Amino acid sequence: MKNVRFTEMRETGQSYWLVQGLLAVVILLGLSSAYYMELNGHWVTGMNNQIVWGLPHVFAVFLIVTASGELNLASIASVFGKAPYKPLTRLAALVAIAHMAGGLMILVLDLGRPDRLIVALTHYNLKSIFTWNILLYNGFFVLATVYAWTMMERRLNGYAKVVGFGVFLWRVILTTCTGSIFGFLVARDAYNAAIMAPMFIILSFSYGTAIYLMTLETLSYWSGRRISDVLVTRLKNLLGIFIGAAFYFFLAYHLTGMYVAERQGVEYFLLASGNVYTWLFWVGQVLIGTIVPLALLYGSLGRSRVVVYLACLFVLIGGLSQMYVTIVGGQAYPLTIFPGYEVTSSFSDGQVGSYIPTIFEALLGISGFAVAAFLVILVSRVLPFVPATLVDSDVDECLATEATQSS
Amino acid sequence: MLNIRLWVARLVMMGALLGASGLTIAAEAPCKSAVDRGNAASAGDCQAAKEKRFEGRGGKCVEDEHFMRRNHMNLILHQRDETMHKGIRTSKYSLKGCLECHTATRADGSYIPINDPGQFCESCHHFASVKIDCFECHATTPAVSPASKP
Amino acid sequence: MSNESTDQGRRGFLGTATATAVGLAAIPGLSLVALARSPDLAVDNRSRWGLLIDTSKCLTECTACTTACASENGLVSHGRPATDAQWLRKVQLKDKATGRTLSLPVGCQHCEKPPCVDVCPTGASFRRADGIVLVDKHICIGCRYCMMACPYKARSFVHEETHNQKANAPRGKGTVEACTLCVPRLDAGRLPACVEACQQEGHQAMIFGDLQDPNSAIAKRLAAVPTHQLREALNLNTGVRYQGV
Repeated sequence: MKNVRFTEMRETGQSYWLVQGLLAVVILLGLSSAYYMELNGHWVTGMNNQIVWGLPHVFAVFLIVTASGELNLASIASVFGKAPYKPLTRLAALVAIAHMAGGLMILVLDLGRPDRLIVALTHYNLKSIFTWNILLYNGFFVLATVYAWTMMERRLNGYAKVVGFGVFLWRVILTTCTGSIFGFLVARDAYNAAIMAPMFIILSFSYGTAIYLMTLETLSYWSGRRISDVLVTRLKNLLGIFIGAAFYFFLAYHLTGMYVAERQGVEYFLLASGNVYTWLFWVGQVLIGTIVPLALLYGSLGRSRVVVYLACLFVLIGGLSQMYVTIVGGQAYPLTIFPGYEVTSSFSDGQVGSYIPTIFEALLGISGFAVAAFLVILVSRVLPFVPATLVDSDVDECLATEATQSS
Repeated sequence: MLNIRLWVARLVMMGALLGASGLTIAAEAPCKSAVDRGNAASAGDCQAAKEKRFEGRGGKCVEDEHFMRRNHMNLILHQRDETMHKGIRTSKYSLKGCLECHTATRADGSYIPINDPGQFCESCHHFASVKIDCFECHATTPAVSPASKP
Repeated sequence: MSNESTDQGRRGFLGTATATAVGLAAIPGLSLVALARSPDLAVDNRSRWGLLIDTSKCLTECTACTTACASENGLVSHGRPATDAQWLRKVQLKDKATGRTLSLPVGCQHCEKPPCVDVCPTGASFRRADGIVLVDKHICIGCRYCMMACPYKARSFVHEETHNQKANAPRGKGTVEACTLCVPRLDAGRLPACVEACQQEGHQAMIFGDLQDPNSAIAKRLAAVPTHQLREALNLNTGVRYQGV
C-alpha cells in the first residue's frame, strides 16, 4: 500500500460552502433550541419527572456509541494487523472525534445547568460511572488525536501501533462504561443487567461501521475519489456480522427478561403491549435495523454500492429506534415499588410514563449529527485525511502480501 | 455564482458567530469563579451606586467594609459548604445574615428583593458585570417580616 | 467533651420530644426548639434520623403531610402535574389478590447506601453524617442521573424558574431536589413539617427519631413490631420504614 496518497479534499468546489452553510443553519437551529429550553426550563420539553432523559439522550448516546465503534475500525488495521484497512484509519479517527463532539454537545446542552460544565470538570465523585465517562470522553479526544497524528506524521509512524493499541483498550473501556450507565441502575427493571456493557460494545461495532461506511462513501462520491470495491465489500461483510451479533445480544437480553418473573412485566411492556416502544422495537430495530440490512448486505444486491449505503442508513434508523426503546422505554415502565399491588398517586406511580418529544429536543439531537458532519467536512478539506484514490489492485496486492506472510 | 459563494460564506460566518455566542452563554462560570472575577473591579468602584442604595441596618458589618468588598464571596462560599454538608448554621457569615441587614424596605414596610435593580447586591454586581448565582435558588428577602425586627 | 455532652443532650431531646409530641399532639403550634444542637457544631454519625410510617393510621383521603411538605418548602404547582415537584406523595395501594387497600406517603427513603449518591458525577448528591440524603444544589449540574437511579422515584427536577422561595428551602431551575427531612428544622431541634402536620391532625401515623438511640420512640417501635423497607431486596437499609405494608 505504498502508493496510497492522502490529500486535502479540495475537489468539492463551491458545493463545499453550500453544504457547510446548510449544516451551519442546522447547528444554529439546534443551539437556539437548546437556548430556548435552558431559558424556560425543561418544562417546555417533553421530559418530566418520570421520563427524565428524552430525545437528546437518544441522539447523544447513539453518537457516543457510534464514535467509539468508528475508532474500532482504526484498530482493525493497527491492533489486528489488517493492512488493507490502513488507508481508512486516519479518517476513522477523525469521524470518531467528530461524532463524540456532536454527542457531547447534546449531552451538555441538555443539562439543567449547562453553565456549570466547569463544575462537572472539577468536582469528581469517582464512584459514579458518569464521572468515569467524563474522564474517558476527554481521554478519547486526546488519544484519537494523537493516534491520527502518529499516522499522519511520517516520523511518528513507528508509534502508530502502540498508540493504536492504547486507543483500542480505551474505547473498549469507554463503551463498557457507557453501557454500564444503564447496566448499573438497580432501580429500573429494564436496566440492572451486566449484559448492557458488552451489548453496547457490539452495538458500537455495528453503528460505528455503518456510519463510517456512509461517511466514506459520501465523501468519496462527493469528491469523485475512487474507493476500492474490494475494501467496501469486506467492510459490508463485517457490518453484517456485527448486525447479527448485536441481534444475538438483544435476544439473550430479552429472553433472560422473559424467563424471570420479576422482569416479565417490563418485557411484555416493551415487546408486546402495542405501544410506541413495541413498534419501534419490532419495526425500527428488528425489521429496519436488522433483517432488512442483513438481506441487503448478503443478498444478490449486496454488490451495489448504493444498496450498501441504504443498508447503512437502515442500521442508523434501527440504531436510533433501539436507543429510544432502551432509554425512553426503559424509563416509561413504572417502577416496581409495591409488587402485587395496584398503585395510584398524584406522582404517576404505577402509571406508564408519558413522553412526547418536542421539536426543540429533536433539533438539538439532529444538530449533534450536523456538528459531526461539519467538523469532518471542514477538517478533511484542510488536512489530508481522505485517500486520493484507493484502487482494487492496491488492496489485492496488500491482501496477497498478507496471505504469503501468514502461510 | 460568485455572489452565491459570498453569501454562503457570510451565512457560515454568521452561524459561527451566533454559535460561539450561544456557547459563551452556555459556558458562563458558576458561582465561585464568577464571583472571583469580581475582584477585578477594584474596591471603591461601587461608589456611584453606593450613594443611592440602602447600606444596611445595625451600623456595622460582620467584618471591615473594605475586607467585605473583596472577600464576601469567599466567606459565603465557605459558609455554604459548612452549612450544606456539616449542618453548621452560625449566622455571622451566612447569606441569610447578609439579607437580614442589607435588604431595604418599601414605604409600606415590605421588603424589596435584594437583587432588584439598585438594591444592595445588584447595584454593585451590575457595575462589576458579575452574575449573581445565589438568587437562582435562594430567597431574596428575609424570612422574618420587617415589622417584627427592632 | 462538650461535643459529647451536647450530642447526648440532643439525642435525649429528640427521643423525649417525639414521645412528648405524641402525647401533646392535639396542641397546635407546639414549639420544639428547646434543646437544639448548637449551630456551630457539625453533625456526626452518632445519630441517624429515621421515620416510621404506620399505614394502619394513615387515612386514604388525608394529605396533611404532603400539603405541609409543599408549604414548608415552597413547592408550588404550575398546573403541570408531570413536571411539578413533589417531595412527598400519597400513594394508594390495592392488593391485587385480596383487594385490601391502604394509603401511605412516599418520598426520599434516606438510604444508608443511596444509589443516587453513587451515580452523581459531581458529588452533589451526598449523605450527611446523620443519615440525611441531600442534594448540594450549588454543584448540581442537572444531569438527572440520580433520578434514573432512585428506586423510589423520590426526586424531582426543577423544570422552571422559581420565585418567592422559602428562606429555609432554596430551590432553582435546572437542579434536582428531594425530601430533606426538613433539615433546617431538624438542625434547630424541630420535627419535619410532615410529621408535625400528621400529629396535629391527630393521626400519629408518622414517628420520627434517632434510629441509633435505643430509647427513642422510633427505635422502640421498630424493636417491637414487624416493619418493612420499601424494595427491601435491594439491601439499601433505608431510613424510612413502613408498618403494615
